[in-house]
Amino acid sequence: MPKSNVVLVSVDSNSVLKGAKYFKNLFQQLVDEYKLSDFVEVLETGSFGVYKDGVIIAIYPEEVYYEIKDAADVKKVVEEHLLKGRRAKDLELDAELFTRKLSVEAKKVVEETRIVLRNAGVIDPTNINEYIARDGYMALAKVLNEMKPQEVVEVVKESGLRGRGGAGFPTGLKWEFTMKTDADQKYVICNADEGEPGTFKDRLIMEGDPHSLIEAMTIAGYAVGATKGYIYIRGEYYGSIQNIQKAIKDAYEYGLLGEDILGSGFTFHLAVRLGAGAYVCGEETALMESIEGKAGRPRLKPPYPPVSGLYSKPTVINNVETFVNVPQIILNGADWFKSIGTESSPGTKVFSLCGNIVNRGIVEAPMGTTVRDLIYKFGGGIANGKALKMVQTGGTAGTFIGPDKLDVPLDFDSMKNYGVSLGSGVILVIDEDNCAVDVLKNAMEFFEHESCGKCTPCREGTKMLVHMLNDISKGKGKREYLDAMKNIASTMLDSAFCGLGQSVPVPLNSMLNNFEAEFLKHIESKESPCGICKFEKPKKKLVKS
Amino acid sequence: MEKSICEQHEKLYAELDKFIEEIHADGSALIEVLHKAQQLFGHLPVEVQEYIAEKLNIPVSKVFGVVTFYSFFTMKPRGKHQIKVCLGTACYVKGADRLMDRFKEELGVEEDGVTKDGLFSLHGVRCLGACSMAPVVMIGENDFYGRVTPDEVPKIIRNYTK
Repeated sequence: MPKSNVVLVSVDSNSVLKGAKYFKNLFQQLVDEYKLSDFVEVLETGSFGVYKDGVIIAIYPEEVYYEIKDAADVKKVVEEHLLKGRRAKDLELDAELFTRKLSVEAKKVVEETRIVLRNAGVIDPTNINEYIARDGYMALAKVLNEMKPQEVVEVVKESGLRGRGGAGFPTGLKWEFTMKTDADQKYVICNADEGEPGTFKDRLIMEGDPHSLIEAMTIAGYAVGATKGYIYIRGEYYGSIQNIQKAIKDAYEYGLLGEDILGSGFTFHLAVRLGAGAYVCGEETALMESIEGKAGRPRLKPPYPPVSGLYSKPTVINNVETFVNVPQIILNGADWFKSIGTESSPGTKVFSLCGNIVNRGIVEAPMGTTVRDLIYKFGGGIANGKALKMVQTGGTAGTFIGPDKLDVPLDFDSMKNYGVSLGSGVILVIDEDNCAVDVLKNAMEFFEHESCGKCTPCREGTKMLVHMLNDISKGKGKREYLDAMKNIASTMLDSAFCGLGQSVPVPLNSMLNNFEAEFLKHIESKESPCGICKFEKPKKKLVKS
Repeated sequence: MEKSICEQHEKLYAELDKFIEEIHADGSALIEVLHKAQQLFGHLPVEVQEYIAEKLNIPVSKVFGVVTFYSFFTMKPRGKHQIKVCLGTACYVKGADRLMDRFKEELGVEEDGVTKDGLFSLHGVRCLGACSMAPVVMIGENDFYGRVTPDEVPKIIRNYTK
């Protein structure tokens, strides 16, 4: 007998921090106690995309969302909603927050459009049947039965899909180069070493919908002629690792991975490799070094991975989000995909909203959505009634912008046209209580720490930048520092070995240009102008209390 | 006492052997093997690195190079409970530095230090990918605390001293 009510508890890693697993068990326990188990099913699901102080649950078919903060809230929802059939008003969340999702058709208005996240917060990610019920593995079946590898590459090329990891390279071209290179062995790699501070989208995709990634990688394998794939996941992402490993195991059992997939004669094997805490391993060639069991130092390019990648064999390497678009493109066609987003950057982008913002979480919106819409429409505005000071877009390697640039539509060209980077889709909101010098210092310390030390411009450059920013934050800064820092940055841009060092100028220059006055104030004043930086008083010794 | 430590170590080495055999490890599986070894031994002293080098038939220098490259691996013992305070940008603008200071004060150690009883070590780490719950603290491999305020720090520590 089908059950009349379904309780979905979001158990992604962010929600687990607030006791989601415990609440889920408590729901089950109470449902059993009230003898409701014939009517009510309690299930786990991925992220709803929105975060509050408590854990968010949804009850279907009514589609009511509740925020659960403690055990008493669970009891209330069970007694009021499930037992007595009336809503627990005080815990109910405004459905508006969630109904922005769906509706791929309504593309005129800026609506949340879900392609990548279509299953997150809807299915139980550990159950392969639920994925299959939502057209899962249909694209793979279509590809294997009806399409030649060449045709698959054409569709992806035609769709205009570009790499979601930050660089925006056309995915179809990458696949085409790899397909056309002759070799006895080729590889497909998924870059799931999500380490860009402020980014947590890939984690939630892998936790919420792991099979979509497996399906997409298998399609890529078929298209380029690879029989082996690796998913390189950050070692810290326990939830993602668990869900992906379970999904791989189930896919093997269902004959969706391994030898002779769906009777087509095509063979594809997939395995997980773990990162060990090195940001530079997000750089594609460093990542390949790491999979080969070496220290993750980047390689000289060219040759590029489609010619010589993992174990010097032709390799396709894409970000999680990029891959997950592929099955939907195969099923709905390139024209459908191109109808969403902007001309140069079709499709959607998953944005990670974080910092001093009301609704922190992930949201999937069409490319070309403005920073203002992301912050005020989806993010609910600035937290605690503070004023907005700046936004960092694109991650730590992205740009700092002031409130004057909020109306820039974000896509892969917004960096070129407006100096606002899309990067990995981070929208980090920074309010008036923060100091520009201090924030930039934190960002530069990150690069200093993560520089792998292979090339001099990056290793020494980051060190000198941190040194100067330290001086400025202690009241020992000099005016010449501002030009000196820009100088170092431009040298790094020209001569650093890989993307890590080359991207340092982006946050640095944007911050120095947009907030120059604040740096000058720090340099010229005797007292700290911000109350965050602590100026050193020369002769006095620090006395420990 | 001495003997029991040796015996314990032998047991750990045996378990490591078993793992290496199970995954048919060669040089390319070095990182997987190091993950396992650190899980077993708590840290990766030179003896363990030499042992792994021999097992996988690769130079010790290569093992050492990899161990020192990745921040996840450590050659120094860490506390029984490793407290990792995220200092990524999203946590930083939510006051992660104040959180770090409070941990230092409560535990009486500096960053990367171990408390005298060996119970805790304190580490500043880069983005943990839980930015919607910033600022976050992770203890060990499984315990996460989100939206932590400095005043909650003593309570969090008490969870592990009981």
